[in-house]
Amino acid sequence: MALMLLLAVYFLLPIYFLVVAATKPQGDLAATNGLAFSHFSLFDNLRTLFTRSDGIFGRWALNTVIYAVLGAGVGTLISALCGYALAKFPFRGREFLFSVVLGGVLVPTTALALPLFLLFSATGIVNTYLAVFLPSIVSPFGVYLARIFTNAAVPQELIESARLDGAGEFRTFFSVAFKLMTPALVTIFLFQFVAIWNNFFLPMVMLQKESLFPLTLGLYEWNGQTARAPLLQESVITGSLVSIVPVIIVFILLQRFWRSGLAAGSLK
Amino acid sequence: MTDIATRATDTPRAVQSPGGRRRLSGGGPRAGTVLAFVTPFFLPFVLFYLVPVGYALWQSFRVVRRTAGQYGTSYTTFGGFEQYGQVFQNSEFWASIGRIGLFGIVQVPVMLFTALIIALLLDTPLLRLKAFFRITAFMPYAVPGVIAAIMWSYLYSPQLSPVVELFQGIGLKPDFLGPGAVLWSTANVSTWLWTGYNMLIMYAALQSIPQELYEAARIDGATNWTIAWRVKVPIILPSIVLTTVFSIIGTLQLYAEPAVLRQISSNISSTFTPNMLAYAVASGNNYQQAAAISVVIAVITFVLSFGFMRLTSKRAGL
Repeated sequence: MALMLLLAVYFLLPIYFLVVAATKPQGDLAATNGLAFSHFSLFDNLRTLFTRSDGIFGRWALNTVIYAVLGAGVGTLISALCGYALAKFPFRGREFLFSVVLGGVLVPTTALALPLFLLFSATGIVNTYLAVFLPSIVSPFGVYLARIFTNAAVPQELIESARLDGAGEFRTFFSVAFKLMTPALVTIFLFQFVAIWNNFFLPMVMLQKESLFPLTLGLYEWNGQTARAPLLQESVITGSLVSIVPVIIVFILLQRFWRSGLAAGSLK
Repeated sequence: MTDIATRATDTPRAVQSPGGRRRLSGGGPRAGTVLAFVTPFFLPFVLFYLVPVGYALWQSFRVVRRTAGQYGTSYTTFGGFEQYGQVFQNSEFWASIGRIGLFGIVQVPVMLFTALIIALLLDTPLLRLKAFFRITAFMPYAVPGVIAAIMWSYLYSPQLSPVVELFQGIGLKPDFLGPGAVLWSTANVSTWLWTGYNMLIMYAALQSIPQELYEAARIDGATNWTIAWRVKVPIILPSIVLTTVFSIIGTLQLYAEPAVLRQISSNISSTFTPNMLAYAVASGNNYQQAAAISVVIAVITFVLSFGFMRLTSKRAGL
């Protein structure tokens, strides 16, 4: 119990520090104790954050939401279709395709970023939304999870009976399997959502235009400027808080779903 | 005891294989339908995974040469293993590999052991406030690496940090950003970020163990402690292997955290990790050399994670 409390303090410390620091005026950051509240100026800090450089922070936040929600949405759908087919359709080369996907799980994504940059600059989509969006829809781990979960949760009999009722394969997938796969789909969506939300290397390699940046890249750039412009510090802190709170809330709200999905995925 | 463990790991497989055989012999949907299901994933997978891997390989075998003379023009041509030779002769490359190796040998076991302890504690009926501890440990996972590094960099910085202040209160003068400490300060950010995620994968596996196993062990006279180490840990070994493989991949990819700490510490060079080196080389417009470095990193990652999987699955007889 004592050990768990100690660990809880460790895990909460930086977040607590961030919350406290985000409520302070810039002058109090260095002048007061980092773990104690001083003058409450969170709302002033938020106003400064969202109006700085013509409101570029709001733009970054919007970009991040677009990259993460759309990317994870499309990614989950295509992973689910593929994982379902790999689990339930007998076809030649199925095991080979699955091994290729598993190999894909092992490929470090940062190793892909540089060659992708070269390929994308040759096709002219560097420095566009697509340059970050397109590569992030691919999740080999999502396919892996979808396959494992389909095997565990979608009975073959149900598929057969849907077929006997004359439903097409897509109809069967969307009306029968989709519902049974919900925990896995939520899990795949959330984990891919977080991976894109947190992504840094790919956007950094692909994007020069500040207006296309996600939050991570924008805050990184600002953080690099604090040595020259110390007043940015408060905005980096407040911005960091703003960018982590939504994800934490989503995780807490949806934990019933993704925990059961994760349990199925960890069986193997 | 081992008998229980073996049987439990065998069960999922035993259920799976007859189903698999039946499906293979039975009729399935037509090839067109199969394609319609798998193409939406495989098309982007090929374009954004396999093609870049192939392209990096191709690039890594090319070199830029100049025609003779003072005003010679440059052209790229096949160079065989020349780029790789340069990578292996590059002392900065070896320094970054050594650094990341040391980092991984210490950080990965510390993190996974902590994760395992938390998972086992959460799995005992003794602990209270379970939901609170679970969420607390997992929360950092939702924090982007860049932001985590920014948060910790404030806690490391001598001017702002309440932690440094605390240490000074008891007469210590820690220098988290000093030349000897900065690697471990980076390791701490990774540990903070990923312990909860790994814990959760192990915890999920623990939760799917049927309770009857524990009853049986208890009748045999096993204590909570022996049940944890002799029954639970062997059963969730596949999950531990999975988290180890992910950790190895993650370690070799390290970029964001040291890049952020570099903004406040002169003890992190622009070639601190292999990925930082690759990026620095690419920024210097030597794409072929950067490609060769990327390929070497990917091969090392692949060999280590694949080797680890093989080794553990053989040892555990899975």
